[in-house]
Amino acid sequence: MALTRRQFLHLAAASAVGVTVLSPTRPATARRRAAPAVGVLVDVARCVGCRSCEMACKRYHGFPERESSDLGPTAWTYIRVRPLRQPRSHLNLGDAGADRRTYKVQCMHCLEPACASACPVAALRKTPEGPVVYDASRCLGCRYCMLACPFQVPRFEWDRPLPRIQKCNLCAERLARGEPPACVEACPMRALQVGPREAILAEAARRIAESPDRYVPAIYGAEEAGGTSWLYVSDVPFEELGFPVVVREPLPAYTWKALGKVPTLVIVIGATLSALEFFLRRRINLNGGGH
Amino acid sequence: MARRLTPGRTILWILVAAAALISGVRYARGLGAVTRLSDRFPWGLWVGFDVLCGVALAAGGFTMAATVYVLHNERYRPLLRPAIVTGFLGYLLVIAALLVDLGRPYRIWHPLIMWNPHSVMFEVAWCVMLYTLVLALEFGIMVLERLGWTTLLSIARASLPPLVVAGVILSTLHQSSLGSLFLIVPGKLHPLWYTPLLPVLFFLSAVAVGPAMVTVEAALSARAFRRPLEFPLLADLGRAMAVVLTLYLGVRVVDLVLRDALSLATPRTVEGTLFWVEMAVGVILPLILLALPVALRPGTVVTAAALVVSGVVLNRLNVAITGMWAGSGATYVPSWMEVTVTLGIVSAGVLAYLWIAEHLPVFVERSEEYAGG
Repeated sequence: MALTRRQFLHLAAASAVGVTVLSPTRPATARRRAAPAVGVLVDVARCVGCRSCEMACKRYHGFPERESSDLGPTAWTYIRVRPLRQPRSHLNLGDAGADRRTYKVQCMHCLEPACASACPVAALRKTPEGPVVYDASRCLGCRYCMLACPFQVPRFEWDRPLPRIQKCNLCAERLARGEPPACVEACPMRALQVGPREAILAEAARRIAESPDRYVPAIYGAEEAGGTSWLYVSDVPFEELGFPVVVREPLPAYTWKALGKVPTLVIVIGATLSALEFFLRRRINLNGGGH
Repeated sequence: MARRLTPGRTILWILVAAAALISGVRYARGLGAVTRLSDRFPWGLWVGFDVLCGVALAAGGFTMAATVYVLHNERYRPLLRPAIVTGFLGYLLVIAALLVDLGRPYRIWHPLIMWNPHSVMFEVAWCVMLYTLVLALEFGIMVLERLGWTTLLSIARASLPPLVVAGVILSTLHQSSLGSLFLIVPGKLHPLWYTPLLPVLFFLSAVAVGPAMVTVEAALSARAFRRPLEFPLLADLGRAMAVVLTLYLGVRVVDLVLRDALSLATPRTVEGTLFWVEMAVGVILPLILLALPVALRPGTVVTAAALVVSGVVLNRLNVAITGMWAGSGATYVPSWMEVTVTLGIVSAGVLAYLWIAEHLPVFVERSEEYAGG
């Protein structure tokens, strides 16, 4: 736990640089980082669980305005409540909020989304601006995106005859107009902050560096699944808050390794079989036919 | 040949009707009304059994076609047509199952024009579509023969070798890519099944289950149609099965050791128990049976083949369902309606097979087909 401020800054910088620059095996990553992709910071220490973000999302997207206890087709975000085993004074609520933490949950908008790589018809795709968006008119409803997502985010309309996949779109149309996502705009505690991802990462590192005794020295989303557009800082360890432990590598790489061998396989198998067929047929003919 | 409605066939028809009814409910009220699928567990029995097992168990078509048409091993010709019929039916049933399982079934053709070459599902979709076409052409030869359209027949026969090669390539690709589908869930699938070698293992087990299915079918058809069992052929298939199973066992064990996952295979956990059942039923017992001197008896080979078939079914269910329980944080057990639809689809396959065997030249093979070589 005893990280000095200097050590931590070093670590934060190294990890940020590590993902950004030292990825010669991931050209796609490097290219994507060059675009001014958006990032959103969630400061778990600041969140008081007022659900303004949840309501703003529902209002903006025209969903029924009920409190949600999970993501759903009409709940693209919700506030998860986690009781703490060891009470810890809350930044804004003091001892009144010491027994629990609340934080916003939504699609993480991975830099290299597993859902988008899984979708056979590219109904899900990562825009250069950051949001992972969904085009219902292409979707077959195979639900491979749901299986693939390491954060278990995409939701399915199980009770509809012709269902769609539903998930946060990071208010892509608002971002395009230069407006912040509805949830970010609504937060009264400034627990949400939007900006270029690099700047948001730096801001996250700054908060941790400035109050090392408050924040845990980790930025959730910096490297998870190869990095996500949503980033979290917290005063309680992420494992204790129930954040999923996710591999560091971008998930599309896992299947791409196998898929990349397909053209070679086609050529090798095709050539081998054709040659085998030809020579065996010739041998049979030379030996005087059939059986 | 019996064409009357036997009690067995009556049950099959009832199951088909029940499946059709439940599918109707699904189309009217959504997947949630008939399945226990959930956001945390989006794939269930219909993907795990109907699709994964359906494709694997249809592997007899491509292994037998490769043996006869590519390796020119004419001895196996009597087993070829039943295998192609099963393969073709298998793929049609997989597509039927997908039409029930997909959220928007009328868009099943979308991958043809909407491409995402990074998606394993995209590759699977293309392979399944193309390979079904290949099987349809191979199957079409039987239909043409029955109809007696000789001109078309000779064209079709001339195009067989390249078709078969294409079929083998397509099968190799998508038998393995059904395993690759699960490469994207390293955090969800239990380490006893999650391995970068999933595509290799899926392919090897499909190759092993090909002759096994052909053997089981030959035994069942022999009983149903009161035909003699081609035992010397089946004994050879048993030997081929043993070779592939040994290879599979080797790869599986080395993989588990290298990934240090063997310690997880304790029978104390659900996953550990299922792993041992899968290995015992599908690999170890059949290998023992085939190695014993009694392997010379038809009953032993057929039993070993039936075990291999069950083992592959268990393996696919473990990868798609039980191996995903812990990692997904949801316990999924199929509803009776899901089970009924699956049984109905299998029943439709059996009924179709019986009809085809009675009406098309499946078990007769005209000599001129390969006289030209």
